[in-house]
Amino acid sequence: MTIKTLLAGAGIALALGTAAFADAHGPTKLGFVYVGPVGDGGWTYEHNKGRLAVEAHFGDAVETVFVESVPEGPDAERVMTQMALQGADLIFTTSFGFMDPTINVAAKFPDVKFEHATGYKRADNVSTYSARFYEGRAIQGHIAGQMTQSNIIGYIASYPIPEVIRGINSAFVHAREVNPDVEFKIIWAYTWFDPAKEAESAKVLIEQGADVILQHTDSTAPQAAAQAAGDVVTFGQASDMAEFAPFPRVSSIIDDWAPYYIARTQAVIDGTWESKDTWDGIGPGMVGIGEITDAVPAEIKASAEALRDRIASGEYHPFTGPLNKQDGSAWLAAGETADDGTLAGMNFYVEGLTGEIPQ
Amino acid sequence: MDLSAINPILLLASLMVAATPIMLAAIGELVVERAGVLNLGVEGMMITGAVCGFVVAVNTGSPWLGFLGAAVGGALLSLIFGVLTQVLLSNQVATGLALTLFGLGLSALMGQGYIGVRAPGFTDLHIPLLADIPVIGPIVFQHDPMVYVGLGIVAAVWAFLTYSRAGLILRAVGENHEAAHALGYHVVRVRLLAIMFGGGCAGLGGAYLSLVRVPQWTEGMTAGAGWIALAIVVFASWRPWRLLLGAYLFGGVTVLQLNLQAAGVAVPVEYLSMSPYLATIAVLVIMRTGRAPGSLAQSFHASR
Repeated sequence: MTIKTLLAGAGIALALGTAAFADAHGPTKLGFVYVGPVGDGGWTYEHNKGRLAVEAHFGDAVETVFVESVPEGPDAERVMTQMALQGADLIFTTSFGFMDPTINVAAKFPDVKFEHATGYKRADNVSTYSARFYEGRAIQGHIAGQMTQSNIIGYIASYPIPEVIRGINSAFVHAREVNPDVEFKIIWAYTWFDPAKEAESAKVLIEQGADVILQHTDSTAPQAAAQAAGDVVTFGQASDMAEFAPFPRVSSIIDDWAPYYIARTQAVIDGTWESKDTWDGIGPGMVGIGEITDAVPAEIKASAEALRDRIASGEYHPFTGPLNKQDGSAWLAAGETADDGTLAGMNFYVEGLTGEIPQ
Repeated sequence: MDLSAINPILLLASLMVAATPIMLAAIGELVVERAGVLNLGVEGMMITGAVCGFVVAVNTGSPWLGFLGAAVGGALLSLIFGVLTQVLLSNQVATGLALTLFGLGLSALMGQGYIGVRAPGFTDLHIPLLADIPVIGPIVFQHDPMVYVGLGIVAAVWAFLTYSRAGLILRAVGENHEAAHALGYHVVRVRLLAIMFGGGCAGLGGAYLSLVRVPQWTEGMTAGAGWIALAIVVFASWRPWRLLLGAYLFGGVTVLQLNLQAAGVAVPVEYLSMSPYLATIAVLVIMRTGRAPGSLAQSFHASR
């Protein structure tokens, strides 16, 4: 990993070093910092698709560089610093764990714009953006709750951060809505990307009776494990994972970053970029719901699509009361919807989930 | 908490699968170290084996040829280490570390174009009669063939080191290379062969991940398994059967902790996650009575 980071760094140095001879009004330079390999088939793959869309849209007017498999720690700061030193105008840092490194590096380079995905810390030159994945999780829960025969749904969680907890809560609320007997078994993998561990977690959940697996990790290993088991339902995570359709993968949440990346690049070119917080869902198209396959009975498919459309139009909010917290205390009154502040910092399970969130 | 959700038969069965990659890599490294060479490049050889095995299996459609390719790939990579340390007398620790970094980069390069591709599957072997025994059958006799190949390699290494003349020579080279040289044995040749065996086994271990356990190719998929294998060799006091115990213990606690999490046991997840490492080290340290081969990690040249 380290050697790759170094090589990539050297590559950037070479590319930008030669570019320095070009005239000062050269192309706008964009940097992308990825947490996994671009070929993970999930999270990073979709961010890279967004980068390629920017290149296709602007042609020679932009120049992009990326570094993949950057660990969430001091290494990330080094990679960002290097990009900034070498003349990047706009840097996208695409994992929650890059939050503090992004803020630190941004303070040293006030003229460089930063965009941090899924975080909550901003500065004059740091914007944040995220997608309302929990809207997609609601639809997954809706389908999962009806597809399960054993009433046990396995959930491979990554890290105990608000984004992941939101997803668990949203999926659970909507699974319970259609199936009051459903239970969630949750494994915290403490990784975004470790195919062996993800496969192992999926197998353990299947052995313990789960016949639907939801994942919040980035590789397709759980899909392969479900396929081997034969009768287990899965959902694509971050990317469509269509190679596992029509079964076990019956639908998916797709992150579509391209429109946002194009808009923000345009803002830098026009000089209109300013720090803001973007949190878009199914409606604006940042969250896509992958095709629901024929493995799902027609009436479930129809109701799932209706739910999707109601969320997209804003008619329905996935966290609508009455909802209680896990300890039984009231959270939302009947008809009340969750505010973004609570959602952004969500650190509690809703009523009915068992187990504790690791601290 | 619902411990009844954990099926002990399935748990023990998946233990054998989870332990196999580490066991394969570790048994190879054990032979290397018994010959007096410390190769820290296990991780690099595993990941190279993983990608070589995957590429060959996809292109030929045969998982067996894939494993063969993985062993050859791992052995070739280890030969670089062998030539550098045995012929050119470079430092074994530094060269081994470099081999890991090199292997990670090389495998990422070779694996371009194989991401998201599916490998031909191995069907589980249901050994006739034995597989039908209640309880023991599903635990021991219903696995993919590589689980048994791995066990066979451990047994063969034990027999080789304990009973064969060649094994005696290999141990002599590892204990005191000057004495072995004075007796007329080819120290460098023995060590090169041992290094290649170690590379081949590490390659098999890596390919077990990419062809059976996951099964697909992704960059960096060994995720530190090579380092665990190295540690198990040391804690097992360089003895094959203890090594088997260590690998099963590690694999077992790894699977158990995931099972406990899924069953909702009220132990903080952080402790569960560290438990495989702690349990393996504790047991093997308590049992430990052996000592390292005398010439471990020392360079040999006939003129000295």
